[in-house]
Amino acid sequence: MGCALFGMGGGSPAPKLVLVEHLGGDTTAFTNTRNAFGLSARNLEGDERRTFAVGNSFFRQNWVTAPASTEARDGLGPVFNALSCSSCHFLDGRAKPPDSSEDPERGLLFRLSVPGKGPHGGPSPDPTYGGQLQDRAVLLVPPEGSMIVRYGEMPGKFDDGEPYSLRAPAYDIGGLTFGPLHPEVRLSPRIAPAIVGMGLLEAIPEADILAMADPEDADGDGISGKANMVWDVRQGKPVLGRFGWKANQPTVEQQTAGAFLGDIGITSSLFPEENCQPTQVECRETPNGGAPEIPDERLEQVVFYVQTLAVPAMRNVDDPQVKRGAEVFTKAGCQSCHTPSYTTGEHPVQAVANQPIFPYTDLLLHDMGEGLADGAGDFDATGREWRTPPLWGIGLVETVNGHTMFLHDGRARNLTEAILWHGGEAAKSRDAFRGLSKEERSALIKFLESL
Amino acid sequence: MSKYYTIVFTIIVSILLFIVAIACGSDTPAAPTTAPGPDVASVKSEVVANYADGVHALYSKSLDSARVMDQAIDSFLNNPTPSALEGAKRAWLRARDDYGPTEAFRFYGGPIDNEEDGPEGLLNAWPMDESYIDYVDGNAQAGIINNPAQYPVIDTALIESLNEEGGEENVSTGWHAIEFLLWGQDLNEDGPGSRPLADYTTAPNADRRGTYLATASDLLLVHLQDMVDAWAPGNSGNYRAQFLAMDADAALTNIITGIGELSRGELAGERMTVAYEARSQEDEHSCFSDNTTADIVGNARGIQMVYTGNYGVVSGPGVQDLVAISNSALAARLATEINRSVALAEAIPSPFDLHLRSTIANSDPGREAVLRTIVSLEEQTDTIVSAADEVGITITVS
Repeated sequence: MGCALFGMGGGSPAPKLVLVEHLGGDTTAFTNTRNAFGLSARNLEGDERRTFAVGNSFFRQNWVTAPASTEARDGLGPVFNALSCSSCHFLDGRAKPPDSSEDPERGLLFRLSVPGKGPHGGPSPDPTYGGQLQDRAVLLVPPEGSMIVRYGEMPGKFDDGEPYSLRAPAYDIGGLTFGPLHPEVRLSPRIAPAIVGMGLLEAIPEADILAMADPEDADGDGISGKANMVWDVRQGKPVLGRFGWKANQPTVEQQTAGAFLGDIGITSSLFPEENCQPTQVECRETPNGGAPEIPDERLEQVVFYVQTLAVPAMRNVDDPQVKRGAEVFTKAGCQSCHTPSYTTGEHPVQAVANQPIFPYTDLLLHDMGEGLADGAGDFDATGREWRTPPLWGIGLVETVNGHTMFLHDGRARNLTEAILWHGGEAAKSRDAFRGLSKEERSALIKFLESL
Repeated sequence: MSKYYTIVFTIIVSILLFIVAIACGSDTPAAPTTAPGPDVASVKSEVVANYADGVHALYSKSLDSARVMDQAIDSFLNNPTPSALEGAKRAWLRARDDYGPTEAFRFYGGPIDNEEDGPEGLLNAWPMDESYIDYVDGNAQAGIINNPAQYPVIDTALIESLNEEGGEENVSTGWHAIEFLLWGQDLNEDGPGSRPLADYTTAPNADRRGTYLATASDLLLVHLQDMVDAWAPGNSGNYRAQFLAMDADAALTNIITGIGELSRGELAGERMTVAYEARSQEDEHSCFSDNTTADIVGNARGIQMVYTGNYGVVSGPGVQDLVAISNSALAARLATEINRSVALAEAIPSPFDLHLRSTIANSDPGREAVLRTIVSLEEQTDTIVSAADEVGITITVS
């Protein structure tokens, strides 16, 4: 398996990480306040800052029921999960799962699929409820059901004898409005991640990502790395997926338009049909907020906003414990998938083009083991595969969002638990982590917290 | 050390001192032609102290005019006549003029907007979904006022607890809630909203509407009083005492961050660009009263006050004086830009929503005036960041 800037020859000593503050190249913002994820790329020019401001407004503010005097923002639902992008990506950051079914916390959703492939090779939706459970609806329209989350504890021990406990979730749906789900339905819970640096990830040359893919593990290092080839609606053909927990979206635009429809119920030229299933009569008869509800110009402003959120700078790069943690990171083989760095290529947004960046991801799919598996296929992703998420900004989630719940469904209560959940291809690295001394474990966490 | 070495040492030292004396003498004219430069550290402390005085003075002034508004609202509710309603509206507009400049004291987690109990969201949240409070065109039953079954008693505790409950736009308190209750929705092309007097006399829930208005006004006074207290001199336990005790550079970082963030992210961005680009009336700041232009001027003046150190009632060294110590050209350039922004904002024709109509071209003089002000504010923000750099402070703004 090849790496962008770090050769990974089998058997050679782990490469030394280069620690730089500018994780996002010239976009990098030096800040550690509650707004650390919300700043514009530092290298935007005048007009671009204005586009960013408009996109920010439409990302943050609530959509309302149509028809309304607030014409620019009507069209919510009829069924939806949230009123705005920011109610889940609060302060452009990461959501946490609800503590109980009564918790009004937003940010977790359930994707629904049945075995087999759907349109264009994507997931096959539940025949009654579609591809996502919408647990809220506008007045006079019934919501589809409610998400139920329960947790149990799973004890374990580090090799040095120190005990830990992992929080194992169980998911269910209550109050189904339109009868039972398909008997073989799979629930795939997914949490809203922080959204810094999305434009930079989009600008990583496709060839650099594909060069790291090794789906059959030809080099025998135990790490496969599979590209998810997904449907690009605008181009009408399969392309490399980069975004989403299973890399099932090819572009920031399609990811954003998909979330507008699936999560808020806002149609766009990319996804013009309201999200009402055939049996959902009230949903289908509800007035809409225009066709489409978000015009192209506005959608592009929100997309630009998401593309140009600055990556926050790394902190404490000269701290000896952080340097030690970086050594432990490579010693445990984390960088095999959390690829440290790239140089971005061309991109329509100049600010993210040709930048040296440090996202710590290969954007590829990996088998993460039975513990994390959701059993749900998504284009080329199997029910055990997840995309390596970027690590930049991970240390500021607590500052911005007031919690440290990680992984695709927020089950891990801190970084240590998140590492301990790794399985499958990452089992070797997880076992290495379990075998570290307490001092090495603390150093590794300190390194991650400085990203 | 032996006596011999002591003597030799003494001689050497004496010679060295003599040389130093000559060297210094040759560099130091008997009558200096330039006065010694001001002590940067002491100017920093003076700027910080004058800022604290200015903040206290401006919040006090804002509280005073808000009290006048509260009295005008009470008289109107006691005797709801058309002229009493006009009087209450005029008092709101005057009080807004005094609140505007205080927004330069936000954006660093101070008393107004710290995460624990900063009342900014209760005082000035916007834009609001009007139907959360009262009826709107097309929905006569909407709002807290028209739901006595769900909300039997309207008091400060209720409306404070409902503010931003379930969404950022669910605004139930503050300036814009009062504004909406006085003016009503702005459904007029060329004037502000015109709420019928009957809303406070014979219309359904007129008494509840009056209670809501009086309560929102009372709550506004409480929050402004909190700001005055937080910045009042002579209290060792309040925020002002902490602020003056903090490292001067840390205090200056807060001060300059406040004007930098207001200048671009908030004023040029949120309040002007979004409304300008989206051409949506709900995105102008005071959309019910058509006071948006005056709001913009008030904010721009707040930046000017912090920069010059002249807060009207209080005057002393400002950020400008500090920058001028090492770079008088930069200090003067920023002063020119800030003055220009104020002048351009004053030149925007009122009402602001005329420039947001979908039918007018960008070349319309009104839209050009809005855009010129936006560009000027953006330019001055870059200079504010440079000015901070000049005095050894790094600020990060939107």
